[in-house]
Amino acid sequence: MNSLYMRRRVTNAVAMGLSTLATLVGLLFLAWILWETLRQGLGALDLKLFTKITAYGEDGGLLNSMVGSLIINLIGIAIATPIGVLAGTWLAEYANRTKLGETIRFLNDILLSAPSIVLGLFVYTIIVLPSTALTHGSTTFSGLAGGVALALIALPVIVRTTDEMLRLVPSTLREAALSLGVPQWKLTLQILIRAARSGIITGVLLALARISGETAPLLFTAFGNNYMAVNPMDKMSSLPQIIFQYANDPGDEMHAMAWAGAFVVTMFVLLLSLLSRLILSRTKVSHD
Amino acid sequence: MATTTDANHLSDLQEQHSRRDARHERMFRWLLKGCALLVLAALLGAAGATLWGGRDAFATFGWHFLVSDAWDPGNDVYGGLVPVYGTLVSSFIALLIAVPVSFGISVYLSEVAPAWLRTPVASAIELLAGIPSIIYGMWGLFIFAPFFADHIKPWLTNNLGNKPDDGKLSWVAEHVPFVGKLFGSDYPFGASILVAGIVLAIMIIPFISSVMREVFQTVPTRLKESAYALGSSTWEVSWDIVLPYTRSAVIGGVFLGLGRALGETMAVTFVLGNAMELSPSLLDPGTSIAATIANQFSEAAGLQKSSLMALAFLLFVVTFIVLLIARLMLRRLASKEGR
Repeated sequence: MNSLYMRRRVTNAVAMGLSTLATLVGLLFLAWILWETLRQGLGALDLKLFTKITAYGEDGGLLNSMVGSLIINLIGIAIATPIGVLAGTWLAEYANRTKLGETIRFLNDILLSAPSIVLGLFVYTIIVLPSTALTHGSTTFSGLAGGVALALIALPVIVRTTDEMLRLVPSTLREAALSLGVPQWKLTLQILIRAARSGIITGVLLALARISGETAPLLFTAFGNNYMAVNPMDKMSSLPQIIFQYANDPGDEMHAMAWAGAFVVTMFVLLLSLLSRLILSRTKVSHD
Repeated sequence: MATTTDANHLSDLQEQHSRRDARHERMFRWLLKGCALLVLAALLGAAGATLWGGRDAFATFGWHFLVSDAWDPGNDVYGGLVPVYGTLVSSFIALLIAVPVSFGISVYLSEVAPAWLRTPVASAIELLAGIPSIIYGMWGLFIFAPFFADHIKPWLTNNLGNKPDDGKLSWVAEHVPFVGKLFGSDYPFGASILVAGIVLAIMIIPFISSVMREVFQTVPTRLKESAYALGSSTWEVSWDIVLPYTRSAVIGGVFLGLGRALGETMAVTFVLGNAMELSPSLLDPGTSIAATIANQFSEAAGLQKSSLMALAFLLFVVTFIVLLIARLMLRRLASKEGR
């Protein structure tokens, strides 16, 4: 009896120790990755990164990549937000508990973690290839194609948060409006979406955070550009793409610039997720 | 006082109104449905586009494409075995590391940690999930792979591998089958399938552990406290009560992580070493489907491009199935909860 008791106590102590260790290991790697990004990124941060465009060696900067990233991300969000909000509204308000609605909700969750590189190839096939045919053979990568690829990645995030946030709106609100004779589309657009506004904004911010670090789908859509490009029809550089290019380069200066770019991207993404958390926690408080 | 004509007029107006509302309603409904169907279109389109792009490769090589390890742009002969092998093995290593660690984290956060520590630690781990994958790739390339080559790899090759530096086989390499081959390597750098697996593991730990933690919280307190009242230890409650109750959702979370790992591109492209060779050793460089596409697609043409598309199609189908299983498993618990 005593030995059984001892064995159980020891097993428990070992298991609890291991689970604490697992948490420490997870936190250690988080700290390691963030620390290196901070250390290497801050060390390489320089004013010229923000004023000069891509060039080999010391004269290089990241300005064109930052502008490109900004444009491509804006295109992505501008496409994904209206479509995502409307699709999410359909799931929550019109198709909740219908078969098609459940199927699309289910497939949306799959799209959420589908490999982004395949989505990039999809956009390559439907936008880059046809426009190449139109221009008689010269390959036409474009910032627009990059934006569409990112929109495909942002879309499921926005659909899901809109869907979830709308379902949190109390149904008494719907009943009150409907009993006054408000048509359902007006109820949806003017009351429900307004009630779920901060949640939907959080979804858009999360989607933006998700796409601003995406690299793989941009490689064959926006491609990259050593010069400043602001026309979405031109091929366009972006921060993740230039990080990829510079990190593959043997030069140390290029690596430093890649780290600086990585630092900028990471800070942007972390700030966005912090901001969205803040908005979400504030709305929760106001509802109580 | 409404006269009959006035009343008629009023009801006409009302009818016009309600007809207009009905029309708007229908249009709105169709607009919304159209947007929702775009989600379906994106998935079908991605599968269709890669299948169509890969038709030449499938037609030329047929089923042989899956088992051939040739990748020879000179002779225009392509097979998918090396990238498929690299994808599967690196993801498997990632799961092997990530699943127990995630379980540990979830047990710690739901049973062991003091209440004030739970939220900050959980948020910190979830922060890991937000870091873009290219940052993992850079960290792997510049920091972890060299560290691995200097400190971990020599130990592995000398104590487990069949090609140790001093030529003396260790006991393990001599007596345990396969282990020697797995850890034997002449390759001097860190980049390898094992390192890719480790980086992937770090990437998917936050996904798996946040799913596990969430489903662990759905276990009724009554159930756990009954077990504690009968004298169970924390470990026994976690292993014998919490885990069986949440089994399907835990498997769902693991598959979700697997889906991520299979399709991940940027975190592994830097640390795989990009060698189109099949090697039994985990310490040798290899490649994965996503890494091959990322590295070769923009310069490929003809049959090579088609082969890359074919690989993308395979990847998409496999991840789709894995994610499908994940979501179905996760759903099971939700329906048990009556949600």
